[in-house]
Amino acid sequence: MRRVVITGLGGVSALGIGVPALWDGLAAGRSGIRRVTICDTSFLHDPIAGEVPAFDPADYLAPDQQLLFDRFAAFAMVAAAEAWAGSGLALSDEERERAGVIIGTGMGGVTRQDEGFRDLYEKKQPRSHPFTIPRIMYNAAASHVSMKYGLGGPTLCLSTACASASHAIGEAAEIIRAGRADIMLTGGSDAPIAPAVVRAWESMRVLAPCGDDPATACRPFSADRQGLVLGEGAGIVVLEEREHAMRRGAIIHAELAGYGATADAGHITAPGVDAPARAIRQALAQAGMTPEQVSYVNAHGTATRLNDSTETTILKRVFGDHARALAVSSTKSMHGHMMGASGAIELLATVMAITRGIVPPTVNYRKPDPDCDLDYVPNQAREMKVDAAISNSFAFGGLNAVLALRRA
Amino acid sequence: MVPRLGQNLKSVADWGCLTMSELDPLEKKVIELIAQKKRIAPESITLDSTFLELGIDSLDGMDLLFNFEESFKLTIPDEMAQQMRSVRQVTETLRTALANKPPAQTN
Repeated sequence: MRRVVITGLGGVSALGIGVPALWDGLAAGRSGIRRVTICDTSFLHDPIAGEVPAFDPADYLAPDQQLLFDRFAAFAMVAAAEAWAGSGLALSDEERERAGVIIGTGMGGVTRQDEGFRDLYEKKQPRSHPFTIPRIMYNAAASHVSMKYGLGGPTLCLSTACASASHAIGEAAEIIRAGRADIMLTGGSDAPIAPAVVRAWESMRVLAPCGDDPATACRPFSADRQGLVLGEGAGIVVLEEREHAMRRGAIIHAELAGYGATADAGHITAPGVDAPARAIRQALAQAGMTPEQVSYVNAHGTATRLNDSTETTILKRVFGDHARALAVSSTKSMHGHMMGASGAIELLATVMAITRGIVPPTVNYRKPDPDCDLDYVPNQAREMKVDAAISNSFAFGGLNAVLALRRA
Repeated sequence: MVPRLGQNLKSVADWGCLTMSELDPLEKKVIELIAQKKRIAPESITLDSTFLELGIDSLDGMDLLFNFEESFKLTIPDEMAQQMRSVRQVTETLRTALANKPPAQTN
């Protein structure tokens, strides 16, 4: 059977640009949640987010390219460049045809879309810029990455809300397992910090109020949790067929050993229990892992009342008594809910746990909740040997994706 | 692959055409907008330069049309836009469009 390993890592998040910045922030338990600066906040109640600090597309894109990129696609290009460079790949024309791209996104080029709508409806401008469509289309990130590296294999965009990146990575791994490609550049990207989008989230009453200190707003699993905080950014990994990676002497960060994907087929927003549990079991089964072998769970952990207690129930159902021995953390407490990029950034956090032996914490954990009674690695990173771990993503719409990682 | 602007492209002097100072304001503005878009010297563009020579592909063309419309505050209909394949065709089209432009609305 063809096995899949991770040979390149790239990330852009509120904790900084590049995987070293992400890992340093996670290890330090630093929150990247702050007041929004990148858009008009005049009619937002709680203008806080996990905004990527000091991101200027001009630092990464040629002048004639900038007009063609929404913020989400620019994030994906930066993360892809880091992952690609780190992988050390140099492909022949023939090999490029066996390399593809799947990049997930929850909302695509919504930053530009929001500006474009304001131009027309509010500013009454007579015309839209002709690049509006290529900028806002959901597949812009996947297409630009494919063009940049000349990758001609299976290339897709996947959109499953908050699970987009995990589904993208899982499906990319399946494409390698099936022999349809040897290399996949995959992950997720989103830039949802646009006035109308944030306002719409506020209307769902799931956002945390900003309070006096935005850095403490997102409190997953804590009894005083008060909702999610939006984030933005991109995570991209290079997946490679294991023999291919070993032949070229690549650095292997971890094995992407298992993937589970299920649907609640229940409610459009409320999370289920059975289907996410099944997704975890599928991922473990494909990886050939017993529940007892897993020591770290990167939780979906949105910090909404319902998600965190439900996820706790799910973990107890799958892991039984072993659930109490798991280290479970939500890194969303530091980078925010990055929508379609979350699963990829959280996979990078999970890779850190395995390769660096540092389990990232759940910050802002203040008060135990009887409905959330596992070990959430409160507030401080933990040095711990992790050989096997899972990363959960449970999306609005009841679509669940779970990735299982094993030490390479 | 659309050819990109290279060193082999002739300058105004080589073509023996009008120099920038002899162009009218509309022609100057058009050449300036194309030069900005393609990041080349205005002096390297003549009225006879074709889009192909200037490396203006279909996407560049759309962006330029948008910039012409914004700069001259007019709307270029699709059938006229499709005929613009050289700088001279642009300037002639814009002159026609400006002549047909309805008077500014008074609010």
